[in-house]
Amino acid sequence: MSDTHAQTVSYVRQTMLAPQEPPRNQTGAVKWVHENLFSGWLNTGLTVISLLVIFWLLSGISPWLLNSVWRAGSLSECRAILDGTSGACFAVIVDRWHQLLFGFYPPQLYWRPVLALVLLFVALAPVLFTAIPRKMLAFSALYPFVGYHLIWGGSIWFPITVLLGFVVAALAYVGVRKINNLAAIFSAILAPVLWWMFVASPVETALHSVLPLGLDFVRSDRIGGFLISMIVGVSAISLSLPLGILLALGRQSDMVFIKTVCVVFIEFIRGVPLITLLLFASLLLNFFLPPGTTFDLILRVIIMLTFFASAYMAEVIRGGLAALPKGQYEAADALGLDYWKAQRLIIMPQALKISIPGIVNTFIGMFKDTTLLVFIAILEPLALANAIRADTNWNGIYWELFIFIGALFFIFCFGMSRYSMYLERKLKTDHR
Amino acid sequence: MTEPVIELPVDRKIDTSHMKVTDEVAIQITGMNKWYGTFHVLRDVNMTVNRGERIVICGPSGSGKSTLIRCINRLEEHQAGQIIVDGTELTSDLKNIDKVRSEVGMVFQHFNLFPHLTILENCTLAPIWVRKIPKREAEETAMHFLEKVKIPEQALKYPGQLSGGQQQRVAIARSLCMRPRIMLFDEPTSALDPEMIKEVLDTMISLAEEGMTMLCVTHEMGFAQAVANRVIFMDQGQIVEQNEPRAFFNNPQSERTKLFLSQILGH
Repeated sequence: MSDTHAQTVSYVRQTMLAPQEPPRNQTGAVKWVHENLFSGWLNTGLTVISLLVIFWLLSGISPWLLNSVWRAGSLSECRAILDGTSGACFAVIVDRWHQLLFGFYPPQLYWRPVLALVLLFVALAPVLFTAIPRKMLAFSALYPFVGYHLIWGGSIWFPITVLLGFVVAALAYVGVRKINNLAAIFSAILAPVLWWMFVASPVETALHSVLPLGLDFVRSDRIGGFLISMIVGVSAISLSLPLGILLALGRQSDMVFIKTVCVVFIEFIRGVPLITLLLFASLLLNFFLPPGTTFDLILRVIIMLTFFASAYMAEVIRGGLAALPKGQYEAADALGLDYWKAQRLIIMPQALKISIPGIVNTFIGMFKDTTLLVFIAILEPLALANAIRADTNWNGIYWELFIFIGALFFIFCFGMSRYSMYLERKLKTDHR
Repeated sequence: MTEPVIELPVDRKIDTSHMKVTDEVAIQITGMNKWYGTFHVLRDVNMTVNRGERIVICGPSGSGKSTLIRCINRLEEHQAGQIIVDGTELTSDLKNIDKVRSEVGMVFQHFNLFPHLTILENCTLAPIWVRKIPKREAEETAMHFLEKVKIPEQALKYPGQLSGGQQQRVAIARSLCMRPRIMLFDEPTSALDPEMIKEVLDTMISLAEEGMTMLCVTHEMGFAQAVANRVIFMDQGQIVEQNEPRAFFNNPQSERTKLFLSQILGH
């Protein structure tokens, strides 16, 4: 810089600088290791301690796992093979896996729940991934009936007549809508209920006598193991989300009656331990139903778990609703969208997106809560583990069964967790 | 009468001679009152807006000007008096409210675009779901108006990827896609950087040139001078003074108006 310009503040850049490569040691694996593992004395110390802890855990567990016995008829056989050394006896899983998965479901019919599981993923695919053709959603809507028929069996006309109830509802709505909108909604609720109560059963009997199609019927008390966890978990999860949304909206409603009902429901269900609700479902509910009704225990449990999860779901979604700026409601109103359209197109997509972590949290929690069914004599995996341990052959076995059951639950819960993270990334449009 | 002393922030001269105001009444407000709890926000407001009229409403903050235009599409509810928009009286009847809202477009201070939808989807949503227009046709209309506000190339982006000025122009296009007969602007440039105010004002001016009935709450006095037929000054929930812009700025009558003008123009 020359002396003449040293005193002035005026400056004009003549050439703009082009961007350059960063220095070599600022990129790649070396930088990552340096920054994340050995960036200072404290960090280096923690890294070393962590490695030691991991080594200690692995060295403790791995001999037991690696030395495991897979073929044996009983625990005493296992011990004979191990001959005093430490080792797991996974032979119990090889021997009893079918019970842990299916309970006392007839073994020659295992293909039915397996097919139901495969079809479940087919039905879920279009719901979970928008890249799947939208027409597949028709199958998703039919899946509950397909799945029910595959697992329980019986006359094929039963799920079909139940399904026809929804057709009746649609016809009633379309037919009465010309007269009055409110009457149409009312008749769309009343008509299918009348159908299910009085018409469905004779129609089913008549159709079955003409064309007796169906699968072998399997009684509810034979269904058990992880199968029952899946039935109850999947049903309660898929029912609790819509119910939770309605409860959250109801709680925010201006209509005092609806609001009170929702608040009382949510606060009551949340304030009572789940196990009390389940005991209520298994023992007490029968007293309130008309004598002679055989209301399936599994169905009762699904209803209770759905209620329980939807109360939590409502609060999670309310959090999402509260996080939305008021301007979103105003913009939807100003464009002339009515309440339900505004909710469906503007408010819920955003509120649900915000609530994804909380929603999935509730899902995972509820799926694991199905193990509480052990207390009301439903043969879920833990109940079967206890039964297996009561067998003289496997008396005294412990870890192996619980590791297997834990792994089953972990696979599904971890899957849900990863999916929720994928969904959050996919829906991220705010570019903050 | 002397020429206006305020400089236009808008660099083009606008010929308002062809912008005809008709005798047809677009909005009629009579004896309207509103309270927030016990606070009397709007006090006996009377106002008639003819079709094609462009009105600028100004006043200090808290004077009720935003509340007034938000009553016109019933984002706020009035408790006494009458508001008739396009021949439809606003009451608690939801059908009437939805009818008025689909005829009246509104642009907000904070844009209020839907962040989970693309620009194009923002513009087609209401035409498809409220007007029941086929998707293809709604998209064509949307592209037409996006071209008009000069951002057709952003159609597939999300609002979060656009600048403030671009977002506000999208918000204007979104309203126009409903083919409204009246447009309400609630401080449309107040949340924008100075560089972006001009692009939004230009869009509003071209809208005015096409004869849109407009009510703008704004402090852009240059805009008021350029396109307004009438400037309304509000204070403490009442209309204090209204006049055609030249007389309003050069020869304000009330002391309150003089004070307000000297404060916003005095630097």
